[in-house]
Amino acid sequence: MKRIAFALLLGWTAVFAAATNGSARSDAFKENIYDPGPLKPIDSKLKVGVGEKAPDFSLPAVSGGKVSLSQFLGRKNVVISFVPAAWTPVCSDQWPGYNIVKDLFDQYDAVLIGITVDNIPSLFAWIRQMGKLWFPVLSDFWPHGGVADTYGVLRSDGMSERALFVIDKKGIIRYIDVHDINQRPRLEILMGELEKLPR
Amino acid sequence: MKRLIVCIAGIWMGFCFTSGALAGDGPRLGDPLPSIILPAPEDPAHRRYLGLSDGDSFRIPQIKAEVVIIEIFSMYCPHCQTEAPLVNRLYEKIEATPLLKERIKLIGIGVGNTPFEVGVFKKKYQISFPLFPDADFVMHKAFGEVRTPFFVGVRLNGDGTDRVIYAKVGGLEGVDRFLDLILKQSGIDQER
Repeated sequence: MKRIAFALLLGWTAVFAAATNGSARSDAFKENIYDPGPLKPIDSKLKVGVGEKAPDFSLPAVSGGKVSLSQFLGRKNVVISFVPAAWTPVCSDQWPGYNIVKDLFDQYDAVLIGITVDNIPSLFAWIRQMGKLWFPVLSDFWPHGGVADTYGVLRSDGMSERALFVIDKKGIIRYIDVHDINQRPRLEILMGELEKLPR
Repeated sequence: MKRLIVCIAGIWMGFCFTSGALAGDGPRLGDPLPSIILPAPEDPAHRRYLGLSDGDSFRIPQIKAEVVIIEIFSMYCPHCQTEAPLVNRLYEKIEATPLLKERIKLIGIGVGNTPFEVGVFKKKYQISFPLFPDADFVMHKAFGEVRTPFFVGVRLNGDGTDRVIYAKVGGLEGVDRFLDLILKQSGIDQER
């Protein structure tokens, strides 16, 4: 009897755990989202820290050309948003939220840069489903995850972490959030960090 | 071996009992609305709109209306963003129609959204009807983890019971068409 009760409990727990990965999918992506299931929350070790100079990079943008971190030096605060992979559940419902708060980024004199390790064609198709994004989306595909690895957010499976870096106008890292890959960071926390930057 | 079989049976039974809620289909037509508790709005105008008396929380059948339309949305959902102006038009049309104004109420539930994030959505799209955050996906699970936007229409029978008259993922597909469907399904268009 105890075994049956235990088995039932296990069954409920297994099903409930599968149901509580904490994301809501937009109908904008229809049935085209691949769900890898719950993943190890963090699977990398940071190679940069708050107060350090942010490593420069130059990556191809989906919209064409290249975008470098150094081009914003002395002009804009920068938020880098690494997301793990195109066409996956939480990632597909993160940048569309940032897309309606340009005014908040402007308020803090900040630009947003989105980066994934996907290639340009995949990113092109994916972000078209989000509407017209106001911020550049960069491909860290080749050398694979090179920038993610430099920052220490490249996972052992080749995806990047879900990570946010706030970099001030002097190029100094002011905030790092290597987030649980299964969950979306809360917007108010990022905005609170931007508010702390010197005006 | 026996233990393994029993465990597998347990997992299967658990799946069978809950698969309806996990399928993402949402509430079924004719069924009662999932029982959820919402925080009472802080805005007095929204409390008046919903006809709520004092209290920190309420259930949807307590709303003073004959039909409640629930939009399940997320500020992070691009489809919800493009749909927002249409939903505003739906609200405005109901409010501008004396026959419907006191009988149909509209609310939104921001699944996975914090109060700040719901506030961003409300401000961005100048939404006048009450929106409620569901940061921890509690209500989202109660509604069957549907994709967003998802619209639910519920008929309040006046005796404390209710039944779902509309449940569908995706946009409104036209304000007039949607409202006509709600009126037809609820039967309230023929009562006055």
